[in-house]
Amino acid sequence: MRPILEVRELSIHASSGGQPIPLVEKVSFSVEKGATLALVGESGCGKSMTALSLMRILPEPAVRIVGGEIRFEDEDLVSASERRMEQLRGNIISMIFQDPIASLNPIQTVGDQIVEVIRTHNPISRKEARARAIELLRSVRLPDAERRINYYPHRLSGGMCQRVMIAMAMAGAPKVIIADEPTTALDTTVQAQVMALLRKAQTETGTAIILITHNLAAAAEAAENVAVMYAGRIIEQGPVREIFLSPAHPYTEGLLGAIPDNAEGGVEIAPLAEIPGNVPRPGTLPSGCAFAPRCKNVQQRCRNERPDLTAHGNRRVACFFPYSQMIAQ
Amino acid sequence: MMKRYLVRRAGQAVVVLILIACVNFLILKLAPGDLVDVLAGESGGSDPHYLHLLREQYGLDRPLYVQLFQYLSNLVQLDLGYSFRFNMPVRDLILMRLPATLLLMFSSLAIALLGGITFGVAAARAPRSLRDSLISTTALLAYSTPLFWAGLMLIILFSVKFGVLPSGGMATVDGPKDIVSIIVDVSRHLVLPSITLALFYMATYTRLMRASMLDIYNMDFVRTAKAKGLTPHQVAYRHVVPNSILPLISLFGVQLGSVLGGSVVVEVVFGWPGLGSLAFDALFQRDVNLLMGILFLSSVMVILVNLAIDLLYSWLDPRIEVGA
Repeated sequence: MRPILEVRELSIHASSGGQPIPLVEKVSFSVEKGATLALVGESGCGKSMTALSLMRILPEPAVRIVGGEIRFEDEDLVSASERRMEQLRGNIISMIFQDPIASLNPIQTVGDQIVEVIRTHNPISRKEARARAIELLRSVRLPDAERRINYYPHRLSGGMCQRVMIAMAMAGAPKVIIADEPTTALDTTVQAQVMALLRKAQTETGTAIILITHNLAAAAEAAENVAVMYAGRIIEQGPVREIFLSPAHPYTEGLLGAIPDNAEGGVEIAPLAEIPGNVPRPGTLPSGCAFAPRCKNVQQRCRNERPDLTAHGNRRVACFFPYSQMIAQ
Repeated sequence: MMKRYLVRRAGQAVVVLILIACVNFLILKLAPGDLVDVLAGESGGSDPHYLHLLREQYGLDRPLYVQLFQYLSNLVQLDLGYSFRFNMPVRDLILMRLPATLLLMFSSLAIALLGGITFGVAAARAPRSLRDSLISTTALLAYSTPLFWAGLMLIILFSVKFGVLPSGGMATVDGPKDIVSIIVDVSRHLVLPSITLALFYMATYTRLMRASMLDIYNMDFVRTAKAKGLTPHQVAYRHVVPNSILPLISLFGVQLGSVLGGSVVVEVVFGWPGLGSLAFDALFQRDVNLLMGILFLSSVMVILVNLAIDLLYSWLDPRIEVGA
């Protein structure tokens, strides 16, 4: 099946006066209609910048796309006109953000904000748009939608605001929804509801979802494919089940080790594994593999050379000594 | 809720007004010399007995607290006293001059707010551009120019050099009598003083609006607005500007008192027949009753406008609830 959105060798640089700093380097991934791709990584790895670049709403001119392609159906969004992007944004490609309360305008009612996106893309009356907004709010199961449509965001909980955001994202006929940490700012119980809503929207409309998250467990639950990012690059990508069961990159393994498991049947809880050190700040990457300083399997070669993303079965890994190989040896 | 809030605010306002009246009274009494001294000075000296009689007549010989109490009880009856210099009740004198000052103040503030918002938006929509640098530099200049000097320069430029606008007064002596011509005539007289008074505040609002907008541009909901497919113009005017105006409204209330002060200078420079020039005269003529009357009225105005602004604010920003 042909992917609906395909990113090829996308690079994003930040330039604050002096030397441009690479934030995202030659990232490639694709997502098919009705499928979910998870972009996983720690904060600062470039996943949010990648998300914003798909909509072309990077904080330009400080941060901008310097290379690569974003193929959406038959057009390249990197070179698309601003006018064309305005047609797509919020209509064909929509986005859900991390902090739902801050993502809504505090001095407009949620209804007005949904009506705005509907009327931006459809030539319908305010009254019709309002009826559609109520319908959307019902479909995201916002209780008492007729009344709450007149509420200002501060009167709604974070979970309700995220429902409003999802309703807004569904207002057009989205073929791709980019969800940037959609549940991070929410209570645990609400997180599951929000993810369920996204899945429901997906099965109903066949939209593709790009889920940006730092939580590999959440990714494993929601996505079919996963791309793990580290320091602006994808270091491992492939089917989520395989990666989850046997990570090939030491970083992926570290991320998995940092997920707290539920202790079952009196089994003692093992201490959480952690990855020593921090993600290198953009612009201060080591010359070899960016993960080398934190890697427990590091070899001399890792410090001198940067590993490229190479195919291993139906997975791609950027490591000279991936786990499967080590096992084979 | 609303009613209780208004009652509470009114109660607070009364207390504040009484305190202001006391402070005004005491500070003016602290100043050396009273009305009688000035009268004596102007007539080239008088005999002490006559001065004493005068003081007795005006009640200036009584103990301070008696004078204060008398003043306050008159105030409660809306009696602001008598101006012995103008030979008129202070209240009538103030009411006569008030419209001119209100006209000047409100046209200046309207110019300042509209201009400040317009220039602030223009600067913030293209930060660090040539347009931004021009606006920011001009605002800095206007911000640091003394009012009286700006007024005089405007007179030299527009009245003396180009001869397009009158240099002072509020209406042409012997001018036209029909209502339309009077409005045109007064407006022509209003241009220079209101711009002079507006300059400083326009500069303040421009700077604040610019900073506020740049701040709001970084907010998450602006990113949402972009992600909705709005044009940059729609993002700016539907989402950024309305949120950026809020700090201006608060500043507006705080500054109102200083606008009154500024109008004293401007009214004197332009011979504008308002409260400001009246206050200026009253100060130099030791017309304490008149001066206290004007100060009292100013504080009433500041308090009323601030109450109005608080109500306006809670209407503009639904997060702020009246009575909370």
